[in-house]
Amino acid sequence: MTGAPRGAPPPDAEPLRRVPSPERPARPAPGTAVASTADPGLHGVRAARAMTRSRLKFAAIGFSVLFGAVGLKLADATIFDPATPRRVGAALRPVIAAATEPTVSRGAITDRNGEILAVSLPITALYANPRVIENPRSVALRLAAVLPQLDVDLVTARLSTDRQFAYLARALTPREVAAVNGLGIPGLEFQEAERRYYPQGRAAVHALGAVDVDGNGIAGVERFFDERLRLRASDQLRLSLDIRVQLALREAVAKAIADYSGIGGAGVVLDVRTSEVISMVSLPDFDQYDLGSATSDQRFNRVTVGLYEPGSTFKLFTTAMALEAGTTTVMGGYDAASPIRIGRFTISDYRGKGRWLALPEILAYSSNLGAAHMAEAVGTLRHRAFMGAAGLLDRQRIELPETATPLAPSARSWREVNTLTIGFGHGISVTPLHVVNGVAALANGGILRRPTILAHPDGEEREGIRLVSERTSETIRRLMRLVVTDGSGRSAEVPGYFVGGKTGTAQKTGPNGNYLANKRIAAFVGAFPMYAPRYAVYVMVDEPSPNAMSHGFATAGWVAAPAAHTVISRIAPILGLVPEDPANPALIAATRMPLQPRASGAPPVTAPAAEPGTITAAVAAMNAVMPRPAAAPAARPGTAAEAEPARRPSGGAAPARPPSRATTGATPPRPHRGEPVAPVPAHILPPPVPINRASPLRLTSGEPPALHQAVLGPESQRDAR
Amino acid sequence: MSVTRADTSTLGRWWWTVDRPTLIALFLLVGAGFVLMLAASPAVAVRIGAASRNSFIGKQMVFLALGCAVMIGVSLLTPRQVRQMALLGCLAALAMTAATLVIGPEVKGARRWLSLPGFQLQPSEFLKPCLAIVCAWLISLGHRPGSRFPGALAAVLLFGVAALLLKLQPDVGMLMVVAAVLFAQLFVNGLNMFAVVGMAGAGVALFGAAYALLPHVQSRVQRFLDPAAGDTYQVDVALEAFGNGGLFGRGPGEGRIKTVLPDAHADFVFAVAGEEFGFILCMILIAIFGFIVIRGLLRLLGETDRFTLIAATGLLTQFGLQAFVNMASTLHLIPTKGMTLPFVSYGGSSVLAIALGMGFLLALTRRRVGSGGGEA
Repeated sequence: MTGAPRGAPPPDAEPLRRVPSPERPARPAPGTAVASTADPGLHGVRAARAMTRSRLKFAAIGFSVLFGAVGLKLADATIFDPATPRRVGAALRPVIAAATEPTVSRGAITDRNGEILAVSLPITALYANPRVIENPRSVALRLAAVLPQLDVDLVTARLSTDRQFAYLARALTPREVAAVNGLGIPGLEFQEAERRYYPQGRAAVHALGAVDVDGNGIAGVERFFDERLRLRASDQLRLSLDIRVQLALREAVAKAIADYSGIGGAGVVLDVRTSEVISMVSLPDFDQYDLGSATSDQRFNRVTVGLYEPGSTFKLFTTAMALEAGTTTVMGGYDAASPIRIGRFTISDYRGKGRWLALPEILAYSSNLGAAHMAEAVGTLRHRAFMGAAGLLDRQRIELPETATPLAPSARSWREVNTLTIGFGHGISVTPLHVVNGVAALANGGILRRPTILAHPDGEEREGIRLVSERTSETIRRLMRLVVTDGSGRSAEVPGYFVGGKTGTAQKTGPNGNYLANKRIAAFVGAFPMYAPRYAVYVMVDEPSPNAMSHGFATAGWVAAPAAHTVISRIAPILGLVPEDPANPALIAATRMPLQPRASGAPPVTAPAAEPGTITAAVAAMNAVMPRPAAAPAARPGTAAEAEPARRPSGGAAPARPPSRATTGATPPRPHRGEPVAPVPAHILPPPVPINRASPLRLTSGEPPALHQAVLGPESQRDAR
Repeated sequence: MSVTRADTSTLGRWWWTVDRPTLIALFLLVGAGFVLMLAASPAVAVRIGAASRNSFIGKQMVFLALGCAVMIGVSLLTPRQVRQMALLGCLAALAMTAATLVIGPEVKGARRWLSLPGFQLQPSEFLKPCLAIVCAWLISLGHRPGSRFPGALAAVLLFGVAALLLKLQPDVGMLMVVAAVLFAQLFVNGLNMFAVVGMAGAGVALFGAAYALLPHVQSRVQRFLDPAAGDTYQVDVALEAFGNGGLFGRGPGEGRIKTVLPDAHADFVFAVAGEEFGFILCMILIAIFGFIVIRGLLRLLGETDRFTLIAATGLLTQFGLQAFVNMASTLHLIPTKGMTLPFVSYGGSSVLAIALGMGFLLALTRRRVGSGGGEA
């Protein structure tokens, strides 16, 4: 390239350009257009040029607006409202996690006091792309050096596959992640995930349930509220449980099971004013983190799914029913001298007194005959109606997926024999939750509420139906107290807490429907303090074995009542209840019930009878199936409803009550309304006095095996589970 | 012809007559494209399982170098040569675009590419600048003294042919750009306001028809208007990338979102810029595009030659609109429309076609004497 022009330039080439153009100064003014050379319409051209210029300006402005908008949106997207970079990989994680609360996709669960029961935490999973791994064995060995929990052979096998993805570890700590990163092995990757943790261990495992490896709720609250926990992950789900009570209850039930070599057990603590489940224990339980190895017996929630014959605890319902139906009063009683024979069956009492029993005696001595007569007097139709009204025939609608429908005779097959046996708690199977919730209603003034596992706002009334009158409720409270002071539940007493309750022992049925010898359910249901009940307690041991400690007995009074004692003495202070003076005459008057009211004069019940016009759910249900009868059904020969005083044996059989209480009949009744929400008198009181364990064996009357011949009906013949 | 005259004096004159600020801005863009390709393409290569992490980089380096050569080479041309080259290019591109309909492989439901040995060619990319030049020529023909040639009508007819081909591919985005370019040219040429409104209405109608007739257009618009209605993964990820970048960005090579961002090297390269280099660099990129387009348009205020004016307007409109659509759809300002960011996005056809267009622009806007040389 010489740069010299070669030959003649084309006509339109350089020479032309070198001529300075008069028409193109550096910045040509408008109007000096080239078009002017020949165009006659100079004005038209000028106008067209002016329009072109204005439109160019318009276009420039338009682009300014467009690019300006992009700039503004850019500022918005990067500075003012930056999107959360959720897809940031592992390398950036610590930077972000340090600044903010870990965001997880599943909400935490707390107890009523805000203690965390279940929480999801972000974790890092380690996986590999086996196709990239060159030498699986050496990689596995190097990994095992920093992650000792790994199984070298298993990792080698996983790394040797032809797939592109293999999990090696599901939950690494940041330190472990750094260590693995430090190895610098290509083909190992991290994945952000989250894992459910249960800081309280297995304490409340049956209520909480569990999640699967992907975080889906598969049991308990985790399953029932699965959607809620996902959709409102930032909100904690507050349960009614109190983890302190839960731990105490679990320990007490476990000890009772261990002491009597039971195969399992259950416990419930219920707030009688709201039916909130304060604690719920089913043993044996399982490890949430190792669900796969849990047996079905471990996963089984005995409280809500376990169907057991309630035994004598049902006598409380029978008594309440009879009082509501008006077939007897607290002054009444029934002849329990001779066994009942109906069809092939014989009903008799375990260590019976063999005489006429007053109503309080029937409860205190747990007389099957008395309870059977009481139920018989009400009649089969009304009996079933009452059971239905008390919620004992339907599934409890608590917020858990695991609930069971009671096993009870259908309306058509509910015959007189069923009423007789169900009167003392046999021939029907209900869950522990049924029993404790029903007893809570009898004790709290008569209001039946649906049990709940969610915390109820403090101080708010929870809706319920009036099952029985306040008067009936007060009578039941006094009877429950009597069972503990003078009856089979004496081991449950915690001085100062005025415990009341009822024991219940039932034989389990075998696969053929026969009752099994020496396979029992021993239960105690109670409430405290009986002058103004706050909490209901249920403790049950499955298949306790008699041992030396119980002098060869394995009945509820020996097994469940002491466990209830342990539970109440531990949880009452936790729940903020101070013990009263056990000798406080006012409180004794408010809770006492003479064994034989007729002998000691006027009945102690102080609550007024239901006002005219108000009708309880129990009465409504019973009236619906049978309009109030003028009299009790005709008594069969040999069984007297409301026996005459003349038939009573002379009074020597009645056990003398402790001298300290012998004078209470003369004490003027304290004007106690029986209102369960009445506050405890505000005394400054000493700490709870532990029961005198030096003489624990005061109790002599056990719980009776129910029937001598025990085939009751097809419903009861299966094992309840 | 021009090659024989490519002596030092020619280059010297070129240097003194070319629009140097625009040239520098264009080279800055090429540089940004190179840097962002280093950032974005390895992630994409890994994601799609390419043979080598650097396969895109090598190709794009070749394309960028070729593009620079094409741009400078074309900018050496005279307006007349520009016109001749554009006319030839336009006919060739039309023919090849028509050929795609017959022999083009179908990719994602459209036939837009020609498979040539070694690489794929998208002829419609080259159609854009050439068509702009030819339409400008046709329009300016009608304004010659004494001419009765219906220039605007001819331009519209030529556009109609191109539009039909693009519609058949289908390539609605390209069609929209071509239509907008012609509209801008007619607008600047002095189209009366009645026709402006009419054509704007026609544009709306055209878009409405595309919305009604083409399901993928419909779904994109719906997804833009109601993000919950469908999959907005790409834009969501892009916005996360911007959010992750913030003011200063994460730093070169520190981007993470880019590894999951589809098309990070092509249509969504702006998001990679946002993540690694932050708001400031993105603003600089916007400023460069704005500088080229707005300065170019304002510079035309002093232009006397109608052909140059209209052609340059078309080229600048195409360049600016493409940049705007790309950045705005990455930022979710408008519905997603696959359009490359000039010189920055990966893609041979795109880079070369943009280089061709910018070469035309530089050639036409060189200060020169005897502007009538092309009118012969």
